[in-house]
Amino acid sequence: MEMGIAIAFWVLAAVIIGAALAVVLGRNIFRAALFLVLCFFTIAGIFVILSADFLAGVQVLIYVGAIGVLIIFAIMLTRETQRGSPSGRLRLPALIAGLLFLATMVFVIVSTDWQIVAEIPTEPTTSGIAQALFSKEEGFVLPFEIAAALLLAAIIGAIVLVREK
Amino acid sequence: MLGNFGYIGIFLISALGFAIFMVLIPPILRRSGIVPKKPNPTKSSTYECGMETVGKSWVQFNFRYYFFALLFVIFDIQVVFLYPWAVAFKQLKLFGLLEMLAFFLILVVGFIYAWRKGVLEWK
Repeated sequence: MEMGIAIAFWVLAAVIIGAALAVVLGRNIFRAALFLVLCFFTIAGIFVILSADFLAGVQVLIYVGAIGVLIIFAIMLTRETQRGSPSGRLRLPALIAGLLFLATMVFVIVSTDWQIVAEIPTEPTTSGIAQALFSKEEGFVLPFEIAAALLLAAIIGAIVLVREK
Repeated sequence: MLGNFGYIGIFLISALGFAIFMVLIPPILRRSGIVPKKPNPTKSSTYECGMETVGKSWVQFNFRYYFFALLFVIFDIQVVFLYPWAVAFKQLKLFGLLEMLAFFLILVVGFIYAWRKGVLEWK
């Protein structure tokens, strides 16, 4: 079991890094988007081996589904994608910003006192999350209904955006 | 629980293997000499029966499609709430059902609006 999880982790990690490098280094932006989707999907696999089944499901739904579709649509609606990435002036600032971000992330990863569970949790988490979100006593009923109002605002906003010519 | 995901992993691996295998069949058959290599213009055309393609395959899509992408994202976020609710449906009892009904009633307003404005019609 432990061995299998270790193998799965290293395979997934290799695929994630390979896909991420393909996103950055690839010349064709559409292929880069597809590699980004692969990267998101394998991160869902990482969530699975961490026994976070709800996060894995949401990762597939939101990142692979929604964000992947949005990025691919954005590329397909853009006229000048065949020429590749045209930006040349922002290369140095982008490098500096990227390195700063990397340094911040590495610092946070190293300096955080991670809480580690000794045993692998055996119970699925989705039911517990549902109880915490929807139950009558300690649930978040009002925020949940307000989320519906937020989504309603998003729908109406999308309609207004499309109708404006 | 990890065991159940193991089944999903087996499905994924067999799906990937099947796709790769299908792509590899033609070159393997040709290299091994089972299929003779005698190309002619009809054989190597993209569509054997159908219209000849004109221009590049990469075209700019109509902006109207983006609305459907946005709607899809909104539905997707709805599903994020539906998913744990459906898993714990029995434990949540009637209260959970009423909650989700209220959630959907709020969202239905948006769809009635979209319907009345005619944005779902294709002109």
